[in-house]
Amino acid sequence: MREYFEKVHSHAAPLDAESVDTDTIVPKQFLKWVTRTGYGDIIFYDWRYDQEGREKDFILNQSPARDAEILLTKKNFGSGSSREHAPWGLKEFGFSVIIAPSFAEIFYQNSIKNGILPVTLSEKEVDHLFSLTVADPHAELTVDLDLNMVKASDGTIYYFEIDRFFKDMLLHGLDDIGLSLQHEADITQFETEHRVYYQPPSS
Amino acid sequence: MGRTLYEKIWEKHVVKHLEDQPSLLYIDLHLVHEVTSPQAFEGLRLKNRTVRRPDRTLATMDHNVPTTDRNEPLQDMVSQKQIDTLEKNCEEFSIPVFDLFHADQGIVHVIAPENGLTLPGQTIVCGDSHTSTHGAFGALAFGIGTSEVEHVLTTQCLKQYKSKTLAVNFNGSRPFGVEAKDIILGLIGKYGHDFATGYVIEFRGPVQEELTMEERMTICNMTIEMGGRAGLFAPDDVTFDYVQGKKYAPSGQAWEDAVQEWRTLYTDDDAVFDQEISLNVSELEPQVSWGTNPGMTTGISGHVPKEEEVEAADRNSFHKALEYMELKPGHRLQGTPVDVVFIGSCTNARIEDLRKAAAVVKGKKTDSRVHAMVVPGSMQVKKQAEEEGLDDIFLQSGFEWRNAGCSMCLGMNPDALKPGQRCASTSNRNFEGRQGSGGRTHLMSPEMAAAAALTGEITDVRRMLKEDAG
Ligand code: SF4
Repeated sequence: MREYFEKVHSHAAPLDAESVDTDTIVPKQFLKWVTRTGYGDIIFYDWRYDQEGREKDFILNQSPARDAEILLTKKNFGSGSSREHAPWGLKEFGFSVIIAPSFAEIFYQNSIKNGILPVTLSEKEVDHLFSLTVADPHAELTVDLDLNMVKASDGTIYYFEIDRFFKDMLLHGLDDIGLSLQHEADITQFETEHRVYYQPPSS
Repeated sequence: MGRTLYEKIWEKHVVKHLEDQPSLLYIDLHLVHEVTSPQAFEGLRLKNRTVRRPDRTLATMDHNVPTTDRNEPLQDMVSQKQIDTLEKNCEEFSIPVFDLFHADQGIVHVIAPENGLTLPGQTIVCGDSHTSTHGAFGALAFGIGTSEVEHVLTTQCLKQYKSKTLAVNFNGSRPFGVEAKDIILGLIGKYGHDFATGYVIEFRGPVQEELTMEERMTICNMTIEMGGRAGLFAPDDVTFDYVQGKKYAPSGQAWEDAVQEWRTLYTDDDAVFDQEISLNVSELEPQVSWGTNPGMTTGISGHVPKEEEVEAADRNSFHKALEYMELKPGHRLQGTPVDVVFIGSCTNARIEDLRKAAAVVKGKKTDSRVHAMVVPGSMQVKKQAEEEGLDDIFLQSGFEWRNAGCSMCLGMNPDALKPGQRCASTSNRNFEGRQGSGGRTHLMSPEMAAAAALTGEITDVRRMLKEDAG
């Protein structure tokens, strides 16, 4: 089921850490499942829970951050493993926007395919949003993908860039596999002319 | 204007340029493992789609698998289910699979090269970020998410934008005791763990000639640890010699044709990279990571940075990392006690790695405080090592000798660090909890890990190599 991205009004959860890797977002013990669901409860497991499974003093355990739809964080978010379990979990937890100064590449694409908008702003802009959120955890942001715009609670407006195709995927819930299948004849044609040298192992 | 190696491979694989969209790029080899594929196969079934080219797909089980006796049933039923699911999916869609009992089973990034499936000029993907490993052959290889796994299964293509290009020139020559792992850790330590985000890297310069294929794989493997999309070495005679005669590599006329084509795979003299950097390899010494990302690395005679050596903007992460690692600013790395030594992973568990580690430990005993293990990268590596008697060397020295898999690189199977344990590891990631919740990782080369096993602490292996030589 494709998600459609709509305008988001929400306060933000400030996760003040750089280079949060996908091992941290979804630790390995939860990669054994064969489903796409169930990861919302376990994201940031080692940061959220102690060894007895009790909630720790972590930002996403606190109100109102735990109900935020926007995650505000620092540079290089989503580095490391390609596991798509990370955006599955973040989405299920309730985030549909992540704002950071930069993202790891695979994570960025995985997010878009799962209806999460990654917003890249400058460090200064992100710092400003952090200071507003820290001053007032309920401070609301508006994220408008149609206009490529983030509006902060103090009225500051930031514009962000996003590739046109990625934007369309989010706005219209495009099925990019379906799009590629429309080129089946081209793929078949390509295969007749393209040489692959290894001999396939038998199945 | 000339073209870079990356551009040559890219253009050869574009099925269609699309207006205002990523291009449709053909994939020559799709590698599949048990962890990132079940939801993709499920997606196919839900939409009544099928696998376009099972003959260009290869699956194996590596992340979850036990490295102990495989005739025993798995203790972990959830892992068992994931393994069974891959088995069933491969059967349903006629995909070849090197399963738990197959003589060629192993870590996905070890088995494709050693069987001659990874070839120059190819596009290779896998739902795994260390797919960058295969770039050692001059193949464009990168990790993808599960939605993209489904995309490739269905269409044998991906929608991709072209990346920017970065040349990394390895200048100078390798000093005594400096391994491929030290070169790549040194590079990431110098430039930082996200400096290559958005780039495909070509590794070049005079040092390339000194590097074996296995060493090039170690370097490309960790391209992702600096954020790079993919890493490449232009194929040369070293590459062709390695590939020739491998099980699924071309032979006869096809081999001649292939080599002729592969000899065109280099960056033209007048091609321009978007960015160029260099590393003087002559200045390196063996490297050790001290923090919680691979950029937090220094030479073995170095120390954890002091407060004033860290830029103000990075101090927050610096302190978090040290708190997790239980180390103090300015701490000297040599002499830091370790509890566990892990020689394994797709970075450093090929036959040359095991030979080098064995040469260090031969005839010596591991320190009694250390739990040391060797996990070969594949069953072929294991077999080869046993033929050479390396297993005896490790066992007599006090190491455990295991079956192939990812093992303690990520601790999805029972091989994991316990909270608070400190590990000298030949793997590629020192993230918090990577090798086990609460575990602490120091990345290093196989020789350095072997040395740590003998002394029970982080040690400059060059001393031992010199002792042996003298
Ligand atoms: S050995 Fe480690 S890095 Fe390599 S594929 Fe396995 S888990 Fe990933």
